[in-house]
Amino acid sequence: MMYHWISAPVLLPAIMGAAMVLLMRNDLLLQRIFALVSALGLLAVSVALLIAASNEGPEVYKLGDWPAPFGIVLVLDRLSALMVTLTAALSVSVLLYTIGSGWDARGRHFHALFQFQLMGICGAFLTGDAFNLFVFFEVLLIASYGLMIHSGGRDRLRAGVQYIAFNLVGSSLFLFALGAIYSITGTLNIADLAVKSAELTEGDAALFRVAAVMMMMVFAIKGALVPLQFWLPGTYSNAPGPVAALFAVMTKIGAYSIIRFGVIVLPPTHPITGTLIVDLILPAALITLILGALGILGATSLSRLAAFAAVASMGTAFIAVSGFTPESTAAAIYYMLHSTLAGAALFLISDLVSNRRAHDGLHQALPPIAQAGLISGLFMVSAIATAGMPPLSGFIGKLLVLDALRDQAALVWSVILVTSLMIILGFARAGSTLFWKAHASAPEGEAPSHPAQALAFVGLGSLIAGLVVMTLLAGPIIGWIEVTAESLFDPAAYIAANQLPEGN
Amino acid sequence: MEALVSSAIGMMTAAGVYLMLRQRTFPVIVGLTLLTYAVNVFLFTSGRLATNMPAIYGEGAPGYSDPLPQALVLTAIVISFGMTAVIVMMALGAFLEAGHDKVDMNDEDTPTDGGQK
Repeated sequence: MMYHWISAPVLLPAIMGAAMVLLMRNDLLLQRIFALVSALGLLAVSVALLIAASNEGPEVYKLGDWPAPFGIVLVLDRLSALMVTLTAALSVSVLLYTIGSGWDARGRHFHALFQFQLMGICGAFLTGDAFNLFVFFEVLLIASYGLMIHSGGRDRLRAGVQYIAFNLVGSSLFLFALGAIYSITGTLNIADLAVKSAELTEGDAALFRVAAVMMMMVFAIKGALVPLQFWLPGTYSNAPGPVAALFAVMTKIGAYSIIRFGVIVLPPTHPITGTLIVDLILPAALITLILGALGILGATSLSRLAAFAAVASMGTAFIAVSGFTPESTAAAIYYMLHSTLAGAALFLISDLVSNRRAHDGLHQALPPIAQAGLISGLFMVSAIATAGMPPLSGFIGKLLVLDALRDQAALVWSVILVTSLMIILGFARAGSTLFWKAHASAPEGEAPSHPAQALAFVGLGSLIAGLVVMTLLAGPIIGWIEVTAESLFDPAAYIAANQLPEGN
Repeated sequence: MEALVSSAIGMMTAAGVYLMLRQRTFPVIVGLTLLTYAVNVFLFTSGRLATNMPAIYGEGAPGYSDPLPQALVLTAIVISFGMTAVIVMMALGAFLEAGHDKVDMNDEDTPTDGGQK
């Protein structure tokens, strides 16, 4: 029913992005209007796809009508539809903030790059072909390079060089992995890989294990899993606030790809890789969480604090991913939704603060900023959500993760609970330096002034509202996600949707 | 031929990794370029090494050379070329702004200014 619409989340931003570069290069107002129209259109399409995916099984879109595994396919299932919807919703909020705060006027081509970034992200979520996944990774990366150095500056450019170098290594690694996998299995279609890799002979086993681990390393780079997380704090804290907020969904692509490949192609029951992937991810995820929490405690500025909060949230998500059971995967998906919204909100708040004072450092208290009451309130709400304190969705997410990993309680529970305390301490310290001590150091009388920027607060508020909705409707959302996770662990429908030829 | 191709890939990868770990952006970029060359040759061999074979399998053909890796290599070359161009531009920009081309950010401790300058 939705057949041709499956390609819309890729085509709509691609056409809009090209039109912005070619037709409205010099007209910021027109760019803003079309960017919003495109983002809202994307949201509408993705919600329709989400409804279609939850009513019917996985559906495959054959690009150029070439049958899989020879042609490239896009696969719409519940998980990919959910992630595309998350991306679209985040993009609307971030765009509202960008327009409200005037970030898009500080450099050229912001909106065109933003559209290409959306195209890459949606494509990476939808594709059913491993090489096509590489191509969409590159699309989203090349747009992110441009966005990351938007409006320039010395530190931003230097952090950008590191970011690109790191990701170029990641791309090379991905190609090595794809080449090795193709030489063993003769296919790069994900469903076909699942079928073929289970039938490999003992002679190919060693090479296949190497290729599988290289592939997981590429996704670990995207998901900032220790020891491949070095690019994240520097990149996110030096990127413009709204760009860092959009990047919050980029780390989730790494986690999504690990879920997709780990469950369908390389499940723990796989005859060759076995529990290899699980054994690698769980310790790495635990260390990621600890490192993120330490980073939050020791952060020197609010933007670095938000970046380390992103690292910590990926640690928690990967702990849940490493369970590879329907329950733990459901917990991981819920936590990923939550941490995308909460992480993006933190980056926007950090941008609000640094726009209103000389810097957002946490080493000394500065006089209070304009609209301090509202901003500090929003900071507290998103800090509660990020740290995982009740009543917000972070608490529910962590509870789900803990519940799903009952059998490893001694190790996993203690790490998650102790790091939660560290994260609470880190946020409490940051909040008191930024907002409370400010009054003690304030000179009497003069009130600071700053344009109100209502639209920016609407964008930020919509993210917070998303967190509240995720909390209030936690029951139905988790129920839906549990069905999604169960369908992931029964990949027969996913493979059947690809209509692979018999015995090829 | 197998020994020649595989040792070429190995040497390019080793040289690429060595250069990539240097502290200046120029050797890093040359190292990344070498690494992408190694990847391209590696992808090419993933369809098995076959010389003088038709790309399309037909009746009576002695064998075939897999056309798909060639398409993959073409994509990989275009993408790595574009990426190299981007990182060269960015490294030049960073060099002109900072006055040196060191890769590490040792002035990390200063708080960010949120891009105000």
